[in-house]
Amino acid sequence: MRLVEAVLNGDRLALARLLTQVEQGTPAGLKALDMLFQHTGKAYLIGVTGSPGSGKSSLVNRLVYALRHPIGDASPKRVAVIAVDPSSPFSGGALLGDRVRMRDLAGDAGVFIRSMASRGNLGGLARATVSSAQVLDAAGFEVILIETVGAGQAEVDIARLADTILVVGTPGMGDEIQAIKAGILEIADILVINKADQPGVEEAEQFLRMMVETALTQKDTDDEGKRWSPPIVRTIALRGEGVQNLLDVIQQHAAHLENSGQSQERVRHRLEYDLINRVQERLLARWWGEVAEAAFREMLERIYRREISPCQAAEQLVEVTNQL
Amino acid sequence: MLVEQIALEFGMRERKIRVLIAKPGLDGHDRGAKVVARALRDAGMEVIYTGLRQTPEMIAEAALQEDVDAVGLSILSGAHLALAPRVVALLRAQGQERVSVFVGGIIPNEDIPLLLQAGVKAVYGPGVSTSKIAEEIRQYVAAVSDEIVR
Ligand code: B12
Ligand SMILES: Nc1nc2c(ncn2[C@@H]2O[C@H](COP(=O)(O)OP(=O)(O)OP(=O)(O)O)[C@@H](O)[C@H]2O)c(=O)[nH]1
Ligand SMILES: [Mg+2]
Repeated sequence: MRLVEAVLNGDRLALARLLTQVEQGTPAGLKALDMLFQHTGKAYLIGVTGSPGSGKSSLVNRLVYALRHPIGDASPKRVAVIAVDPSSPFSGGALLGDRVRMRDLAGDAGVFIRSMASRGNLGGLARATVSSAQVLDAAGFEVILIETVGAGQAEVDIARLADTILVVGTPGMGDEIQAIKAGILEIADILVINKADQPGVEEAEQFLRMMVETALTQKDTDDEGKRWSPPIVRTIALRGEGVQNLLDVIQQHAAHLENSGQSQERVRHRLEYDLINRVQERLLARWWGEVAEAAFREMLERIYRREISPCQAAEQLVEVTNQL
Repeated sequence: MLVEQIALEFGMRERKIRVLIAKPGLDGHDRGAKVVARALRDAGMEVIYTGLRQTPEMIAEAALQEDVDAVGLSILSGAHLALAPRVVALLRAQGQERVSVFVGGIIPNEDIPLLLQAGVKAVYGPGVSTSKIAEEIRQYVAAVSDEIVR
């Protein structure tokens, strides 16, 4: 396939077009994914999540810039960004504004930024984000940053995709920290307090530290070597302060994953989750293709009239397709 | 609602129209651009907003990475004759012949034919209804994809 070859040869327009095919799930896109898969597994995936407006995009902008302009004689990494914003549940459209904060990356051929709409997916990513990351991985990007939809607490799909997860918060969010403490704190590998130029940093850090310590005692801490207590890092993305330090901490986490054997574990989990999702998707698609919409609507009416329970109805609807 | 969603996602995955809305040059008037961006979102399109002070090169590069169907330029500074043709030329040069370019803002009537000649699809001035803009963008994009079945 020409598109695949072009992508492997570094053709950026081909890459952009393939990402569209993959996002739409076209036959050509799926075929390309199959062909590219053998070239994946090399990129380091960094997830950036946290409350809306906490500065995720601004931070991504700075992190990518730092990766492109390393201090000393380290060579710059090729970096891709996937930035996910929510789709409107009413119109199905989306306003994707993350690029506004990433203007420092323009004109750099070693950077590729792609905005994605969540298209009704609830986990903070789009359905096609995993596949898109695979394409970018195969295209030779060494680091891929994935900015999720501004997350409250339920949007934790990124936990199953990334190698290192940054959870970004801001000072003075007292109550807000309370709100994000559940799920989202649990998935953090590194806790970032961005906007450290604003009042309330001390309080925020103290609070997070307390959360981390209590979480640690609750979690299974049986295996000493695997234990990683999420460091708390302050940044001012607006001015780029603390970004090099954050990058160092990310590297420490990467080294920890490697040394403790967890990086392979994460890859395995990622692929397992990907496989389960694709099986589910196919089963659902097959079922939807076979069950007549009229039968579905009819069943819905019967449930509505309390003639049949949702459980029985589901049983019968699936039964119908089994008999086909 | 849920049923329609499943049908959409598994039956015929609808191709969403992707539009890049950009403010080229040093012009700080961003109200119109934001109004149009929101209107297109509400019309079901995926709108990538790039913000202020974009060079034609930045706009073309973003259009490539995002693989958009259309680029909308909002220009109220008077520099449209320099900026818009340059964006069209850069898009064509990088192989995006099919991307439709629209211009909105303060454009004197006598300049409109010049922009159209340079490859701009349509020009919109103050007071144009956003539903008209959305409808026409939809039609132009549909016409292009009919022409070259993707
Ligand atoms: C509000 C305003 C401002 C605000 C801007 C606030 C902001 N953040 O946007 C402020 C006060 C900051 C401002 C400043 C200036 N302004 Co002023 N401003 C206006 C004013 C009164 C209204 C513009 C507006 O917001 N309209 C509302 C929006 C919704 O309408 P719109 O932008 O036209 O958009 C519609 C269409 O044009 C179209 N559209 C627009 N963009 C796009 C894009 C696409 C893709 C599509 C499809 C359609 C589309 O659809 C929209 C909906 O109908 C106009 C006069 C006017 N009546 O237009 C002057 C005007 C634009 N300003 C003008 C000037 C000269 C200035 C200043 C240079 C003044 C000065 N000497 O300081 C500064 C420059 C600022 C800068 N950095 O660029 C002149 C421009 C003259 C020219 N181009 O020849 C105008 C025309 C006034 C005049 N008659 O002289 N301004
Ligand atoms: N004071 C201050 N403001 C910041 C800092 N970092 C980002 N901001 C501002 O915070 C606002 C939101 O920044 P974004 O980077 O868009 O935040 P985000 O988390 O990506 O937002 P969403 O994607 O909408 O959830 C912008 O106005 C930024 O300029 C910082 O370190 N200090
Ligand atoms: Mg953002």
